[in-house]
Amino acid sequence: MLKDIDEMLLTSEKKRENLIPILQRIQQRHAYLSPDAMKLVALHLGISSSEVYGVATFYNQFRFHPPGKHQIKVCLGTACHVVGGDIILENFERKLGIKDGETTPDREFSIERVACVGCCALAPVAVVDDVVQACMAPSKVEGILLGFDIERERDEREKQESEASQ
Amino acid sequence: MIKVNVDGRAIEVGEGQSLLAVCLQQGIFIPHLCFLEGMPESPASCRLCFVDIQGEPAPVASCKVPPWDGMVVRTDTERVRRLQKSALRLLLSVHHVDCRNCPSNKKCVLQDLAKFLGVPLKSKKLEHLQREIGVELDHPLFQFVPERCVLCEKCIAVCRQHNDFSLLTFAKRGFNTVVTCFEKDPDRLPCSDCRACVEICPVSAIFLKNEAAEACLDQPPPFPDSP
Repeated sequence: MLKDIDEMLLTSEKKRENLIPILQRIQQRHAYLSPDAMKLVALHLGISSSEVYGVATFYNQFRFHPPGKHQIKVCLGTACHVVGGDIILENFERKLGIKDGETTPDREFSIERVACVGCCALAPVAVVDDVVQACMAPSKVEGILLGFDIERERDEREKQESEASQ
Repeated sequence: MIKVNVDGRAIEVGEGQSLLAVCLQQGIFIPHLCFLEGMPESPASCRLCFVDIQGEPAPVASCKVPPWDGMVVRTDTERVRRLQKSALRLLLSVHHVDCRNCPSNKKCVLQDLAKFLGVPLKSKKLEHLQREIGVELDHPLFQFVPERCVLCEKCIAVCRQHNDFSLLTFAKRGFNTVVTCFEKDPDRLPCSDCRACVEICPVSAIFLKNEAAEACLDQPPPFPDSP
């Protein structure tokens, strides 16, 4: 990954104003900005790595953790906020033990907060693996996560069975 | 020489300095927080150093104004004080007022400014602090308390002066803004003999880790939180 970024940096000019486009390209390719990647960019542009980090954390679009296998996006736009989108986000956070913008240590889930997904009539909304979940409630949060648990258990069982039959 | 009249006092000043710097040198106090002598450009972020200049429609931040010949300045008009009071109230609204346990107690810029402007340190209107983020700076030597920080940017500026580039930076934004250091490796940090950021911090938001406990023990006898 770092080698790839190194090669990418060779093609971009060493100018301060290129910082954000470079970060965007790295995130596009690798889905997130790792500390080492930010250090490489700082070295390339001749600015301190703290400065790169400061700029990157200012913008919502950059993420600092690799996305999980299942991506959960909780809408906190106006309509969702009014009907308790923050409660839904907090529910996901508590159940998974991570904060928004983070990924669980097993890389299964990541939570993100988004501003609006464009279906305010269904508020509060969460987008789980690109499927819009309408009218969210704490019980639905539990249901979704339970569904993933069952799916994972079934997959493991099938895997074991297929290994046993071989 | 440029002749300036401040609050009825005629002063003569040289070029290349801001009105705020000139006034402070002459012993004329203008509330300020983010201004730092020797900084190439003032960030003008604290919004405290307002003055009224004859001919200007509204008060201006004196750290951004160079003096000109024949300038007539008032530092204590009602609208200047009103702006300064609201700026200080906004700063205090995100400041965790816990003077008793703060190493800056009695030598704190915020306490002095609050006394000078007649603003209570604790506002009754504000029920809870918007800025509650816990300790964040992961640095081998320093500790940072965001609830104390007034985001004056002085630590970042002195760090830049000492190292050519700044190891400290603002991260995130809005209420969540914190001062942080990205480099975590103690061997690559030139901080062991440099205490510039700790010394410059007006509110003890950034301090030495091992001194943290001592600083609290050294406290003078309990002091009421608000005047």
